[in-house]
Amino acid sequence: VASAASARQVLTRPAARRTVRRGGASAYLFMLPAALFYLGFIALPIGYTVWLSLRALHVSGLGLGGTPHEVFVGAANYRGVLTDPDLWGSLARVLAYGAIVLPVMLGLALVFALLLDAQRIGLRGFGRIAIFLPFAVPGVIATLLWGFLYLPATSPVQWVSDRTLLPSIPFLSSGGVLFSVANIAIWGGVGFNMLVLYTALQAIPTEQHDAARIDGAGELQIALQVKLPQLVPALILTTIFSIVATLQLYTEPTTLRPLTNAITYDWTPLMAVYRDAFILNDVYHAAALSVVLAVAALVASFGFLRAVQRRAFSEDGG
Amino acid sequence: VRGKLIIGTALVAGLAGTAAMAPATEGHTARTAQVNLQFWSWVPNIDKAVALWNSTHPGIHVTVSKQAQGDAMVAKVLTSVKANNGPDLAQVLYQNLPTLVASQGVEDISGTANSVKSKFAPGVWALVALGTNKVWAIPQDTAPMMLFYRRDLFTKYGLKVPKTWSEFAAAAKTLKTKAPNAFLTNFSAADPGWFAGLAGQAGANWWSTSGDTWKVSINDSATKKVASFWGNLIDSGAVDGGPDWTPQWNKALGNGTMVAWLGAAWSPAVLEGIAPKTRGKWAMAPLPAWHAGDKTTGFWGGSTTAVVTGTKHQKEAEQFAVWLNTDPGALKILIAQGGVYPAMTAAQTGGALAQPPHFMPNQKTFYPQASAIGKHARGFRWGPAASATFTSYSDAFGKAITNHGDLATALNTVQAATVSAMKSAGFKVSG
Repeated sequence: VASAASARQVLTRPAARRTVRRGGASAYLFMLPAALFYLGFIALPIGYTVWLSLRALHVSGLGLGGTPHEVFVGAANYRGVLTDPDLWGSLARVLAYGAIVLPVMLGLALVFALLLDAQRIGLRGFGRIAIFLPFAVPGVIATLLWGFLYLPATSPVQWVSDRTLLPSIPFLSSGGVLFSVANIAIWGGVGFNMLVLYTALQAIPTEQHDAARIDGAGELQIALQVKLPQLVPALILTTIFSIVATLQLYTEPTTLRPLTNAITYDWTPLMAVYRDAFILNDVYHAAALSVVLAVAALVASFGFLRAVQRRAFSEDGG
Repeated sequence: VRGKLIIGTALVAGLAGTAAMAPATEGHTARTAQVNLQFWSWVPNIDKAVALWNSTHPGIHVTVSKQAQGDAMVAKVLTSVKANNGPDLAQVLYQNLPTLVASQGVEDISGTANSVKSKFAPGVWALVALGTNKVWAIPQDTAPMMLFYRRDLFTKYGLKVPKTWSEFAAAAKTLKTKAPNAFLTNFSAADPGWFAGLAGQAGANWWSTSGDTWKVSINDSATKKVASFWGNLIDSGAVDGGPDWTPQWNKALGNGTMVAWLGAAWSPAVLEGIAPKTRGKWAMAPLPAWHAGDKTTGFWGGSTTAVVTGTKHQKEAEQFAVWLNTDPGALKILIAQGGVYPAMTAAQTGGALAQPPHFMPNQKTFYPQASAIGKHARGFRWGPAASATFTSYSDAFGKAITNHGDLATALNTVQAATVSAMKSAGFKVSG
């Protein structure tokens, strides 16, 4: 939700300052279905989550045969969340993961988009599909495929290093596993981001390329000085998507977890939410953790948006 | 644990071919006061046993719904009870039963269940009575632990079948010198139920009660002994520290780079699923003992049928739970098509278990031996926060193995996590 809202903001902000007209009752009537959906499917669940996060289930004594009751515990769940050293560890891990994935994935996506948009590039259609295709592979499947490539007994990489002097790569060791997870995300994410950037490139009028070319600019110069500046809003959009996706890292490590000792149940914050709610059956603690994470995601994406806003839209309208 | 078995048995069952889908809704119009029961289970082909019930009990119709396996069942049942749309019956692992009892997810069924108490071994019945004078479920299967080993490779490498754990350690080291790429077995941080079985054999008592207070002692001396034993073997490189149930592990069991597995009564079906080409090459022996001559073994997994809170037909549900786990016809189907090793003593030999498992045709007396081993199986009482213990075990032991840390120290982490989870839920805890 946060990502969609902020994305919309990025895309519509320049045009947002229209004159406000008086709508009257009919306008509210037209808004009613959307408002009801918003209330029912967004506001209410969020409200219920916050409500749950302030409560806990309590038993007494042995708890066998008695009646557990839900009690109000105030901020106790939040205190539990914020003082859990493992949560900070998993947040730090996710930040490290983001520091790997964001630049590499967006950098590759940008390079591919610019290459595909350049003149005299062959196999454009094939290239576009080939780069996009991994995005169409569901995360769980992709992770299983990569898991087989990482496990020494099934890995062709290991097969090669067994037969040569090349050292074997410990993909699933405690040191290597973060990179292995990042690699899966990059493999799956480059195509989508490339497509967003490529679409934005298509929107640039070709007259600008022609003008630059007449002025004597080469392809590289056109890419860096004509296209790149106009890609900034799209880059911001993809960055926000990626930041949110980073905080929501779940599928890949959860699928890889059974294959290695190096991934714990709370390896990422979202995995900890799942563990609390569905393994430890403590939906209250999970609710508190979810609220903390949602706030973190909002702060991170809006913080980024604020930081780049002026730069992004001062270019606009030119 | 059971879930993993299912993967194996499901493969086997899949080979068998036919899979009759959900029972038909026959007789929906005819009868007037028909009772309908919903039953959540993960056991393959259990719908065939239920079909037998439906054809022999016209007044009570049971519908099976295939549901989440093992630990995930707890959250599903409790959520549905809270939403007032829970099933009438559910498959529950022994280790999850106290959690469900404490959350009021299952009903006391002592009214009907006490009449079949004598059909089960006392050690098994204790797992469903939980030290109360009530009964919370009917035992379905049990899983006494035993040693599975590659007879051909033991001969090839000159290994003797270890009778004690010190012989086991010696065999692991001998194998390493004769076949540097092979391991005797692995120690899995991924499977807490397996470790709990080994600890149970050594005499651990993770949970106990006095008055209205729980005592948690996961880091007791028996468990520490087990942890240190394996920690030393992993450190010396004699035993692999990787998790089980991975493609890596499957391959090792299949290609002879792992020559033994500390499994349970259901293991042949699993081995058949992951290493079918090694059929007839494995043999089963009792688990190595801590003292020569001691026959004690532990339990790895096993599950029950419980009546879920909120059912409108408790009496009928109780009847079905008892029938499913004691009726010879039902057990025959569960054994032959569900891969179940029955908890009821009389069903453990003869009948469907007269022949050895298909995977181990060479061991003619497999089931009589298994039954004899099972008589000395010892389980400890499970507490109401077993899932916290289990997740913490996987995390702490996984970390200790990857960082070459001390497994006995990891036990302290598990103990602390369990106590803290129980305290925050409001249980009275000491230790």
